[in-house]
Amino acid sequence: MGKRFTTRISRRAVIGGGAASVSAASLPTRWAIAQAKPLKLGLMLPYSGTFAKLGENITYAIEILIAEKGGKLAGREIQFIKLDDESKPENAPQNAERLVKRDAVDVLIGTVHSGVQMGIHKVVQESGTLTIVPNAGNVAVTRQLCAKNVFRSSFTNWQPAYGMGLAAAKKGHKKSVWVTWDYAAGTESGAGFKEGFEKAGGEVLPTLSLPFPQTNFQPLLAQIPGLGVDVVGSFFAGGGAVQFVKEYAAAGLKVPLCGSGFLTEGTLEAQGAAAEGVETGLHYGDGLDNPKNAAFRRAFKDKAGRDADVYAVQGYDAAQLLALGLDAVKGNIEDEANLYKALRAAKLDSPRGPISMSPAQNITQNIYLRRAEGGLNKVIGIAAENLADPGTGCKLA
Amino acid sequence: MMHRVSEAERPPRHRSQRLLLGLGAVLLAVLPLGSSEFYTGLMTSGLIAAMLALSLQLLVGCTGLVSLGHAAFYGLGAYTVYAITPADHSLSLILTLPAAAAVAGLAALLVGALSLRTRGFFFLMVTLAFGQMVFFIFHNTKLGGGADGAYLLRPTLSLFDWQLPLTRRQRPLAYYYLSLSLLLAMYLGLLLLLRSLFGRVLQGIRVNEQRMLALGFNTYRYKLAAFAIAGLLAGIAGHMYAMKEGFVNPELVGWHRSAEALLMILLGGLATLSGPIIGALAYTAIGEVAQLITERKLLVEGLVILLVVLSLPKGLSGALSGTAVWLPRRRPTSRPPSEASRHG
Amino acid sequence: MDFPELLAQLLNGLQYGLLLFLIASGLTLIFGVMGVINLAHGSMFMIGAYVAYLVTAHWGSLWLAVPAAALGGLLVGAALEAGLFRHFYAREHLDQVLLTFALILLFEEFRSFLVGNDFHSVPVPALLDFSVPITPHFSYSAYRFAVIAICLLLAALLFLWIERTRMGAIIRAAAEKPEMVDVLGIDARRVHLTVFAVGTALALVAGALAAPLYSVYPNMGDGVLIISFVVVVIGGLGSVSGAFWSALILGLVDTLGAAYAPRVAGLAVYVLMAAVLLWRPTGLFGRRA
Repeated sequence: MGKRFTTRISRRAVIGGGAASVSAASLPTRWAIAQAKPLKLGLMLPYSGTFAKLGENITYAIEILIAEKGGKLAGREIQFIKLDDESKPENAPQNAERLVKRDAVDVLIGTVHSGVQMGIHKVVQESGTLTIVPNAGNVAVTRQLCAKNVFRSSFTNWQPAYGMGLAAAKKGHKKSVWVTWDYAAGTESGAGFKEGFEKAGGEVLPTLSLPFPQTNFQPLLAQIPGLGVDVVGSFFAGGGAVQFVKEYAAAGLKVPLCGSGFLTEGTLEAQGAAAEGVETGLHYGDGLDNPKNAAFRRAFKDKAGRDADVYAVQGYDAAQLLALGLDAVKGNIEDEANLYKALRAAKLDSPRGPISMSPAQNITQNIYLRRAEGGLNKVIGIAAENLADPGTGCKLA
Repeated sequence: MMHRVSEAERPPRHRSQRLLLGLGAVLLAVLPLGSSEFYTGLMTSGLIAAMLALSLQLLVGCTGLVSLGHAAFYGLGAYTVYAITPADHSLSLILTLPAAAAVAGLAALLVGALSLRTRGFFFLMVTLAFGQMVFFIFHNTKLGGGADGAYLLRPTLSLFDWQLPLTRRQRPLAYYYLSLSLLLAMYLGLLLLLRSLFGRVLQGIRVNEQRMLALGFNTYRYKLAAFAIAGLLAGIAGHMYAMKEGFVNPELVGWHRSAEALLMILLGGLATLSGPIIGALAYTAIGEVAQLITERKLLVEGLVILLVVLSLPKGLSGALSGTAVWLPRRRPTSRPPSEASRHG
Repeated sequence: MDFPELLAQLLNGLQYGLLLFLIASGLTLIFGVMGVINLAHGSMFMIGAYVAYLVTAHWGSLWLAVPAAALGGLLVGAALEAGLFRHFYAREHLDQVLLTFALILLFEEFRSFLVGNDFHSVPVPALLDFSVPITPHFSYSAYRFAVIAICLLLAALLFLWIERTRMGAIIRAAAEKPEMVDVLGIDARRVHLTVFAVGTALALVAGALAAPLYSVYPNMGDGVLIISFVVVVIGGLGSVSGAFWSALILGLVDTLGAAYAPRVAGLAVYVLMAAVLLWRPTGLFGRRA
């Protein structure tokens, strides 16, 4: 289950402390005052429900980065304002307004669930608050709905699946089918897989899907033998992924299973032997050998008591981006022009490898090919190097 | 059962209660002038919830029809705005509001025509079923943007060529006053309706449907009309949600939302028209306070519901104002409760 | 669609339907006898699944988990009945709906507090951890066969209890005419307690059996709650045999729909319920009003 959230700062205490520190700052110049004021960082993440662990990991990682920088970014104290979005899209606009209007945050980092992201996006597009998305992968946020104040430190649903499709076809597979939930994440990954697989010369049959978040996979699995495919691609996440992989193995299908990395992310222990040998594509994996990763994993293990995962890395990079932007404007977050310019030109060393910002303001990154072995997603190669999301329909691209 | 007094004694309408309601209205009218943008928005959400609860009250409190699928019409109103608004320019309120009301009302007419053939528990289940059908349509198909919901361009306050120019800062106030006006209009309209013959028949149906049938009224038609009107009003509430948020999501039609609407009515009081309004505003306030003081918001919500159901049978308005009511209370019957509730 | 595939789908539908029956049977008895709507019945399913997870995690065996769930169910059901529901039989449906809605929220919060929010996988018992090939290309899990067998056994036991024992006769009478129980001098409270305890236990057992199949995660009760109400309504309130047949029908409709028309499959069960209610307002096997 993991450590209970112990480092959470009480909202009231921090707001009180913040107010006190603002009144204490009596330097005459505006620049100096801006320097002294704490930066209000709003974290809109799930702290309850199925995605609570992801919200916690992202938060821990952000705290780690800020601690690395000595507790301040560009000389400014960071004041955390956390809000549990409960992964509920219908409350998303209201919750986002709480942070943006009531608490007047300077930066918003959020969230995990795509439906909630849609609600946030509407509010921050209008308010102009700097927003960094630490997980939600719905492509619209950095394609047709892109906004100059919204950056994403995670991925689009398209990216990992494209990498996997490319790798699978390059291996020699000729015909495949995509199995997933019938919702944005599933269809967008499917589109990516299809593009990658077909680019390397393969053919992808129409998707087999079931409504989200149902787990009645048997009807779909029973159809696979009759399709004549030589590989099956899939996207599922969380509990659904656990079950799907287990049932896939139990069905004794002779066709290998592959997919977007979320199929085996955080689920290997539960999936057990059923996941052995399953190859997936993701922008992170086990055994990535770079110094940044080693240091980060150590720090995360110390802080959270569990191993870092892709969500933690995304949170860490969100904080890295924020730090980079703030440094460029010397803490003056009002200087939007230079802030955005710096963020758009960002090139960073992430625990996942080298990353940079695409023109549509999503991360350009390596997609690694991984194989599940002995409870780890071992990186066995690069499926797609320095892959940028197409950003179709984005006016900033 | 609770809240039943002999029908013979009609409680006098206290002037003090009328005064209280009037004061409440004035308060609602001036509150946003001193509030921040966020709180104005929050209160607007409260008013929209009040409209939903009020529309449901026509069914529950007045006619005695407990529906678990009412949110479907609320959501349909919102989704109608989404469906008719093109991707590149906004439509006028003059178009969207009647459209939302019409679609919701029509849907309610259809659903009601079928559902009202059942009673009691079965009516509850059938309305739940229809609500779920609407939910699955929006959740599983591409009709409304799917499970994640969709954006829409907000309707504008315009009439032919003239448009009310609103800066971004003024919009929350405009939405607030628009919602408040609609709520008041709904309230007054329902008040008049209840005093008419139609309204009296509905209340009579709630008290004893057999007797109304014996008196020669076609109760099915009256119930159907009430169901359709309630749906239409819910559609208006849904329209305002879409206008305020610029965002629609399948959860708007979910049964959780329907249950919350029922809760708001119970919280405020089943026996009055002002009850649902008070209940909705109180519920919104409780949600906000809960969010400020704890992370376990669901725990607070559950405890509040428990408390209300167990200890406030007359709801807040009953607790506050004693016996003065707008609607006559129910009369106790001699039939055993389980049989009565199951078969009728 | 070829025969092996059809066979697999039929087996799936059967297994899903039988699990639904376990859950719905408790619900139909509770509503049939006491007239109370219990939305928290889905939470009982969830509790059973979590019991299975905890027992297997600490003592390693699902064989222990199922009886543990049954016992736990009897205790929880009795406690809920005596402590809470007993006072609500006379209340309006509205109150019952809201009260049990509140219970769902509270149960979820307790679960979150006690066990956390992770999803958990429950391993299939080692004895059954293999697959039976039904075609050269497709195998069916032995555990699923076992679940079908266990559910059928429980259904048979339930039938015997209802149809052949004295308590069962009392329950059937109470479901039809509650006043008769009092008139005949039987302690109605004992009847209510028994029915609630057994009904709840059935839901917990269903959850424990389902845990290896569906995994254990927050809000898992939501998925079965509404559909078990549909089963009860279609089958007829208070009728266990009605619940049996309607659960099977729904299990098949849902499974075949999910396989061949996934977008509309979700609707199918509700359309079916509405259709049945409009044709036979008290359900297929219910007593006429």
